[in-house]
Amino acid sequence: MDYAANIAMTLPELVLALGAIALMLVSAWGGEKSTRAVSIAAVFVLVGAGIALVGPASSGGYAFDGLYRADAFGAFAKVLIYIASAVAIVMAPSFFARTHGDDLRPEYPVLILLSACGMGIMVSATDMLTLYVGLELQSLAAYVLASFMRRDGRSAEAGLKYFVLGALASGILLYGISLVYGFSGTTLFSGISDAYAGTKSLGLLFGLVFVFAGLAFKISAVPFHMWTPDVYEGAPTPVTAFFASAPKVAALALSVRVAVDAMGPATDQWRQIVIFAALASIILGAVAAIGQTNIKRLLAYSSINNVGFALIGLAAGTPEGVSGVLMYLTIYVAMTLGSFLIVLQMRGDDGQPVETIDSLAGMSRTRPALAAALAIFMFSLAGIPPLFGFYAKFAVFSAAVDAGLFPLAVVGIAASVIGAYYYLRVVKTMYFDDPAPAFAPMESKVEGGLIAVAAVFVSPAGYLLIPVLGAWTMAAARALF
Amino acid sequence: MTIGLVHYLVVAAILFTMGVLGIFLNRKNLIVILMAIELILLAVNINLVAFSAFLHDLVGQVFAMFVLTVAAGEAAIGLAILVIYFRGRGTIAVDDVNRMKG
Repeated sequence: MDYAANIAMTLPELVLALGAIALMLVSAWGGEKSTRAVSIAAVFVLVGAGIALVGPASSGGYAFDGLYRADAFGAFAKVLIYIASAVAIVMAPSFFARTHGDDLRPEYPVLILLSACGMGIMVSATDMLTLYVGLELQSLAAYVLASFMRRDGRSAEAGLKYFVLGALASGILLYGISLVYGFSGTTLFSGISDAYAGTKSLGLLFGLVFVFAGLAFKISAVPFHMWTPDVYEGAPTPVTAFFASAPKVAALALSVRVAVDAMGPATDQWRQIVIFAALASIILGAVAAIGQTNIKRLLAYSSINNVGFALIGLAAGTPEGVSGVLMYLTIYVAMTLGSFLIVLQMRGDDGQPVETIDSLAGMSRTRPALAAALAIFMFSLAGIPPLFGFYAKFAVFSAAVDAGLFPLAVVGIAASVIGAYYYLRVVKTMYFDDPAPAFAPMESKVEGGLIAVAAVFVSPAGYLLIPVLGAWTMAAARALF
Repeated sequence: MTIGLVHYLVVAAILFTMGVLGIFLNRKNLIVILMAIELILLAVNINLVAFSAFLHDLVGQVFAMFVLTVAAGEAAIGLAILVIYFRGRGTIAVDDVNRMKG
């Protein structure tokens, strides 16, 4: 295969990498004045990368001697990643306008672009080396983003915790990769899959466990979730919204590809790990969220809880299951970004951000539209029909039942009831408690528009999209099997 | 006694365990955590190079080069975050990293 064909298949990553480098130079020369221009340009780079997905980048097959694979699965995940990254850039200016001494600097959109490039590499990797490089590019940019507010103690602490535990996760993943490499003799997913199809030696199984432990860290599945609440609380709100959406999609898509593509013949072995992580995440995410008073911490536990549901689709290990995971992620991204956009609107009279759940009290009277939108997101996250979040859970549970995993489905559905409690508590605070001081009025029309789009998407109107989304996720899932 | 693959793997496993314990048992200093992370990555490199030599396959050594390069970037970012943290708090003791809990 000639080089031009390889370049065409990796075009989205090249657009992002070159765009990020060019914008980095612009921001180095332009300084803080260039923030607005660089942000707008970064959104256009993301759009350009999305357009570059059309063509060989979504259907070309293996590139660079099997190191990278351009297929429908990667393309679907990349669309979600680019949308979430663009929203994270768009929602930043109004947040940083209110922080004292920590202005938005042009590095922010550049780091998001680099992180998006790393995530694109992650979801298309079909070699352990590509996987590692993509994962690190994503993580290193994310560590800096978490500590972006240099003068804020909580942001620095969040960055520090994310760095230490993220580096540990990378180490565990690498140790697993080294064992898999040693006992299979290759780092290519296709070769690893052949090795797992033969006799599964102890070394291969240890490698599998370490690889899944490392990936569980990255998707913040229990028992490797402990960094999530602290990092989500401490990081600036737009960055938290980014962490809860794009890297989560990338890491879950990566886990699916590793599980199905590289370790497919060992499904019975990794299924035990995935089932445990799924149930533990659902239950702990629901129980630990009950006592929270900070809305960002609550959403952190909500994300742990949701990862558990997505993992149920992976545990099924069938094309339907993988398609369910992608469907879940699509709806989850809309619900999460919408919720965080509303958290961004929580500002006191002086414009300072407030994060307590109590400050939402009586919002239905002071800001009825915002309260209605948050109520839609909370009902949808709880999986209450007829909202779209219900269909997400339905897709993964029906895949699990079709695969014969009845106990898993039963426990998962029972635990989702516990989760509903704390989502509904937010709704009750908004609609039935005595009003707290009203929030400052919304300043950005774009944010209001994004909230409206997300709310319509997760409302029952979203069901109209099921034929399109279902066909697309199924095509993406079939690309792996 | 000839030194075979198993010896290298045992050394790497011991280093890896020491690195992980260094992160969790260390109550004093954040710099020690950075050192423990390096220890984990070096354990992985020993594994990769030993397997590479044993399998007569160069991929492992290439991988080790990538790990070394990324580890350098990771250490740079880690120290940068540590400096920001120290400026704000005036301490790098592990027990003081507790502003957020729950």
